[in-house]
Amino acid sequence: MKSGSNLEKVLTSGQFAVTAELGPPKGADTEVVRRKVEILKGKVDAANITDCQTAVVRLSSIAAGVIMAQMGLEPVVQMTTRDRNRIAIQSDLLGASALGIKNLLCLTGDHPKFGNHPQAKGVFDLDSIQLIQMVKNMRDEKKFLNGEEMEVEPRFFIGAAENPFADPFEFRATRLAKKVMAGVDFIQTQIVYNTHKFAHWMEEIRKLRLHEKVFILAGVAPMKSVGMAKYMKNKVPGMDVPDEVVNRMEKAKEPRQEGIQICVDIINEVRKIEGIAGIHIMAVEWEEAVPEIVERAGLLPRPQGQ
Amino acid sequence: MIFGEQKPLEEVEEMIKDCKKILIAGCNTCVAICFAGGEKEVGILASALRMRAKMANREQEVIEQTVQRQCEWEFVDELKENVEKVEVVVSLACGAGVQAVAERFPRAFIFPGLNTTGIAITEEAGVWAERCLACGNCILDKTGGICPITRCSKGLLNGPCGGSQNGKCEISPDVPCAWQLIYDRLKVLGKLDLLDGIKPPKDWSTSQSGGPRKVVREDLKSSS
Ligand code: SF4
Ligand code: SF4
Repeated sequence: MKSGSNLEKVLTSGQFAVTAELGPPKGADTEVVRRKVEILKGKVDAANITDCQTAVVRLSSIAAGVIMAQMGLEPVVQMTTRDRNRIAIQSDLLGASALGIKNLLCLTGDHPKFGNHPQAKGVFDLDSIQLIQMVKNMRDEKKFLNGEEMEVEPRFFIGAAENPFADPFEFRATRLAKKVMAGVDFIQTQIVYNTHKFAHWMEEIRKLRLHEKVFILAGVAPMKSVGMAKYMKNKVPGMDVPDEVVNRMEKAKEPRQEGIQICVDIINEVRKIEGIAGIHIMAVEWEEAVPEIVERAGLLPRPQGQ
Repeated sequence: MIFGEQKPLEEVEEMIKDCKKILIAGCNTCVAICFAGGEKEVGILASALRMRAKMANREQEVIEQTVQRQCEWEFVDELKENVEKVEVVVSLACGAGVQAVAERFPRAFIFPGLNTTGIAITEEAGVWAERCLACGNCILDKTGGICPITRCSKGLLNGPCGGSQNGKCEISPDVPCAWQLIYDRLKVLGKLDLLDGIKPPKDWSTSQSGGPRKVVREDLKSSS
């Protein structure tokens, strides 16, 4: 075992994994975290805790992750290279590991321009691939980035994100191969609405046999309204929302229910694709939808006490 | 070249409003090419300030002088006579030029009239775009002659990130994705293999992160 996390155990035992996402509050209110944990607990194998997502200041992902773990929901702590240089990241990784965090998701992060402090200086000392490599070397070689050795290493099950819908499409699988080369253990993809294009991307992944070297969790997210569907289609960089999904939302009498149904349909579709090891449900600020989605997709109960 | 933009007139006026005699000092090299601080721009700024002084009933004299390069002592020295006549100098050179004048004339007040932006090319008439952040260790040989440190919004060495779509960067539809440009160019050159493998973390100690930089060439130093 690399970290011995629940997520690692579920995946390595060949079971279909389910992860979700939890957005920490814009404040020091731990109640918000606790409430969301109660919703997700027992319904997913682990939940990501975002690191100032979209460059908006929020409660720290490591701190929220510790609260989650204390309550019995395993965290996947997200770590971006946007806000910390290599010194701060390595220090935070040691801290996170010392506090019992076992899953880490390595990201570059959204540009500060999108956030609530667009005046901030973006750090970007490393990129996500270099971060993966650094975390792996800390874990497996007990070495800091500068080559110095440490006695007690941080042990993480290492994750990363990948967007099958970004460009250049023909380079995306090669780029994932770099993350695999860097030492990533699992991948959570960008939200899938265009299942056709996603299946095509997975074909490319299988050609490089990457699905045998890394666990791939397909990202999904329920939509609340047709407005949200259109916004995602037109305004969110790197998103691919086909017209038929927008149309389904437009025609729906109960958009929320339809949003959940679309999400369940997509799960059922991507599950069939060879090489998909699980799903990652991104219902940030709509965590309540997760139990219903998991239930309707027939993914309950979750494996217990591994 | 170095490029920049003139500060808003109000900002310059605010700096000098209490001074009786002002020198506007231009530079006829980089900042003249980007129409920000050459002889012509000096003339325009000086007239505008004179007009505003008149409107505000301020007794103020504005004189002008433009030298070939404000970053070299031999040209900076040409300013001496005028600098000694005035209370303040507003320099329309880049930040290096402003500081060269300050260094040469320790008793003079120097204000910047320009916001220096960076190292650019003239993409087309009226459009200047940044191309180099002077990182101190050029990697253009590995990226098809396109700099990801400058042109990728996140300075990625192993791009593109997941925000690249239709050739554009996630930060704006007006910004081309540097990594799409790099990919396209290497493809045309038949050199996509340059993208194989992982580029290691950059050694930023050659950049400004390592402290102010200096190049010393002993062979060229005037013997003491
Ligand atoms: S690699 Fe460094 S020196 Fe070369 S163009 Fe980019 S910033 Fe300038
Ligand atoms: S979209 Fe392209 S240019 Fe923009 S941050 Fe990502 S890789 Fe860099």
